[in-house]
Amino acid sequence: MKIDKTYEGSFHIVGGDFSRAGEASTELKTIMLSVGIEDEVVRRVAIATFEAEMNIIIYTPAGILRYSISPGEIRIIAEDMGPGIEDIELAMQKGYSTAPDWVREMGWGAGMGLPNMKKNADIFRIDSVVGEGTTVEMIIKP
Amino acid sequence: MRLKEIIRLLDAVVITNSRDSEAEIEWACATDLMSDVLYYSRGNSVLITGLAKQQAIRTSDIADIKVVVFTRGKEPDRQTIELSQKKKITLLITPYSMFTACGKLYEEGLRCCPE
Amino acid sequence: MKLKEIAEILSLKPLTPAEGPDLEREVSGAYVGDLLSDVMANSEDGNIWITLQTHVNIVAVATLKNLSAIVIVNGRMPESDTLDRAVSEDIPILLTGKSAFETAGKLYRILNARNLQG
Repeated sequence: MKIDKTYEGSFHIVGGDFSRAGEASTELKTIMLSVGIEDEVVRRVAIATFEAEMNIIIYTPAGILRYSISPGEIRIIAEDMGPGIEDIELAMQKGYSTAPDWVREMGWGAGMGLPNMKKNADIFRIDSVVGEGTTVEMIIKP
Repeated sequence: MRLKEIIRLLDAVVITNSRDSEAEIEWACATDLMSDVLYYSRGNSVLITGLAKQQAIRTSDIADIKVVVFTRGKEPDRQTIELSQKKKITLLITPYSMFTACGKLYEEGLRCCPE
Repeated sequence: MKLKEIAEILSLKPLTPAEGPDLEREVSGAYVGDLLSDVMANSEDGNIWITLQTHVNIVAVATLKNLSAIVIVNGRMPESDTLDRAVSEDIPILLTGKSAFETAGKLYRILNARNLQG
């Protein structure tokens, strides 16, 4: 990465708002391209962020996506006020999903969100408290 | 496989295109599930899907998918078309089912990207 | 064409037990897709259904539309309640490590050779 300073920002995500689903990730993608991040890194961050954004929209009332683009790494933190995840290990399994049917009919909820995030991040951390919410931190190094 | 070949084999209608018809498309991906598009696809792919909605375009944009084909002649709404134009994604409609569309492209040598 | 023959040619692995839903049944054609409403609207009696969905609902759909079998792709193991329901509804479920595109591609060739459609 040729960038010389740190770019930071955040997006507020409204739960249940499918009409705007993907907007935050798309904007972040544009930001990354504009500061000169390589295509492959942009792709990984965009995918991981998009999944995080979709999880907030599908499962929670609201959340925040924070990003920090610095010369050595890109860090994404997704924090929500949702119901929390009871069994994280189970949730991380490909195909495991608690999505309601109507979400599946929109092409989501097939249980690949968290696996996708982990796949695209170099470091993946997830913390959740049932009844309070979930925080996911992802670090992508070029 | 060249884009124009894909259009020909699928008897596709071109809804939006900013790409050279000689452009080479390397891989194909066939699914209606957006997370799986993100997990299994690679850039420079054609996505064949029955999810004829904005979501398919947004997901394709994130995943660097350049060509999207809606199956069974499903027509996208105005917003989906505008989004495709804005994101410079080639949007095609084929009258064929996903099964037939996959069959025709596979027969001519197009393959799915490895995981 | 018999499901068993297709399973052998494509190296599909049956997930439902041998003493459960039989593989001798006839396949009329194929359907590929993951949106249940689309499968309900467009699939045909006796079709083999190729999908990434593993949720228990797929069995209900297959039963309602009298599909001959469900083939799950990308090596995605279905939940145990999906398999249990498949056994009780007599719907064979098979697995392949290949993608939907490739599975459909090969099956298209096979069924075309036998003059069956999807």
